[in-house]
Amino acid sequence: MFWAIGLAELMILTLALRNLVHDRIRLAVTLIGILFSIVLVAVQLGLYLGSSKMITASIDRADGDLWVTTFGAKSFEDGGILLTDRERHQALATPGVQSVVPLVVSFAEWRKPEGGSSRVVVVGSDSDEKGLVPWNLMQGTLEDIKAPDAIAVDHSYLAELGINGIGDTAQVATGRVKVRVLTEGIRSFTQSPYAFTTLNRARQLLGADSDRITFLLVKLAPGASSDAVKADLASRLSSADVLTKDEFRARSLKQWLFKTGAGLALIGGALLGSLVGTVIVAQTLYSSTKDHIHEFATLRALGSTKGYIHKVILAQAGLSAVIGYLLGMAIALVILYFSKNSALPLVMTPGLAFWLFALTVGMCAISALSAIVKVTKIDPATVFSR
Amino acid sequence: MSAAPVLQCENVVKELGQGAGLVVAVKGVSLELFPGELTLLMGPSGSGKTTLLSILGGIMTPTSGTLKIAGQAIEGLSPEELAKVRREHLGFIFQSYNLFPTLNAIENVRIALDVRGITGYAATSRAEEVLRDVGLGNRLTNFPGGLSGGEQQRVAVARAIASSPSIVLADEPTAALDGENGKAVMELLSRVAREQKRSVLAVTHDNRTLGYADRIIRIEDGKIVGEERRPEGVNSPEITDLTKRRKVHA
Repeated sequence: MFWAIGLAELMILTLALRNLVHDRIRLAVTLIGILFSIVLVAVQLGLYLGSSKMITASIDRADGDLWVTTFGAKSFEDGGILLTDRERHQALATPGVQSVVPLVVSFAEWRKPEGGSSRVVVVGSDSDEKGLVPWNLMQGTLEDIKAPDAIAVDHSYLAELGINGIGDTAQVATGRVKVRVLTEGIRSFTQSPYAFTTLNRARQLLGADSDRITFLLVKLAPGASSDAVKADLASRLSSADVLTKDEFRARSLKQWLFKTGAGLALIGGALLGSLVGTVIVAQTLYSSTKDHIHEFATLRALGSTKGYIHKVILAQAGLSAVIGYLLGMAIALVILYFSKNSALPLVMTPGLAFWLFALTVGMCAISALSAIVKVTKIDPATVFSR
Repeated sequence: MSAAPVLQCENVVKELGQGAGLVVAVKGVSLELFPGELTLLMGPSGSGKTTLLSILGGIMTPTSGTLKIAGQAIEGLSPEELAKVRREHLGFIFQSYNLFPTLNAIENVRIALDVRGITGYAATSRAEEVLRDVGLGNRLTNFPGGLSGGEQQRVAVARAIASSPSIVLADEPTAALDGENGKAVMELLSRVAREQKRSVLAVTHDNRTLGYADRIIRIEDGKIVGEERRPEGVNSPEITDLTKRRKVHA
């Protein structure tokens, strides 16, 4: 909106600002409308991004170019333990494949030391193969996970798992485990904490045969074509799906965010926030324009173009947008800070901040339409009837 | 009058309303305005003088008849083209001043220049110059709420003349003012006409303004019923330098 106003037209900004400040109560209502809208949209989209990040964290962290999954696996947690070493060897024999790392991923029951149980997602992978190992280690090392009964969990789930920290023991499915590594910030969208261990220990805990696998992480040889290797693997592994990292991410997001309705609820909330904000700003801008209608009629009588008056209204909308955005973002960042240690932390990225600003400006520009329609109908002759 | 007219209208008719409510507010008016003259358009309430002023100012379009402003015929012009004519050739003074309450005196003048594309330092210095010229050099940053009625009307005069229009149209410029302020504003308008060679047309029913007129046009029931002109070379004793007079009062 401001880009439409040249530096030589500061008078427009002056008039717009004074019109806004002239009625402080109306300005407050406008800003509250924008602020409410921005905070709501920021929280909803922050949750959306936070959820997305959680859902795809393991896929993003895994060191592989292609994922071989059980046919129809919908997400990282939905693989089953249906692949075997046969598929692994077939994959390894495919031209253009440098390495194939097996992963075991499955839900399991975690029996708490003091009684009661919770569900966890057991992730088994050998740290030497660097397929998918726990990250953001707070206590312990990757070597510690190699111990026979070792397990790594995120410190934010200690209370939920009924343990206090390193050295505590629990039972996972059929076997005992000892917490030897604590991580930070590895959260699960399913609210079932990830429990990282070695590949074989995971198989034992889950009662799976020693050749069973959930996913195969395929790393391409230098110079190999991803599409060609993918097609070759798909033809060799008829009972499995071969996906690029992006495809698996998209499939996981689709499953958790859209098939469950969670994402639609978040996006719906964001749209509702924008709508409420637009209506409030439109209403206050319209009433402000109505109050200043004689001044706009005077401008018209003095020979101003309609465009000049439209710029004044757009500048009012733009100023409201900037002030409202800054206040809204400040509150959203405070909420973001306090959500840091919650089960579902909000995420704010520079991109989201930019889009929120664009949304605010767009919202205010749309809000200005009713006011613009009002001034478009001004009859300058009314200046003589005052 | 030897100079060419800056505004000419011929046989102008204006009908307002329709059907049973149709009123013919202006009935075949023809007149010319010349530079350097202060013309008063006088008549009783409801005589059609404000409607005629709106037509002459290119704000209202006549139902029939012709109007030329600075030589340009305005028939058939779009609202934006009419606004351009007003911007380039006309200045307006309103009965209720119509100042922007959120802008100070200098900004009220600047905005009139701004709509004409005069911006920045040029606009500020011109606004300051005309405000000093109308005796408001010490009220530049006062908002309308902090100015007396007379001062507000002088800001309105400054706004009207800032862009040097060839025609200044004033609607009841003294109606809301007391005697002294009314006199000051009329002196100012007279000076604008004589010294700056503009054509000033003031609609009024205030007899106190008669002494300042170079010409008086009387209108009744939408028709011109009389016209008087001050003999050439006769100056009104009322016209004095306003700034000097204010200093004497101070």
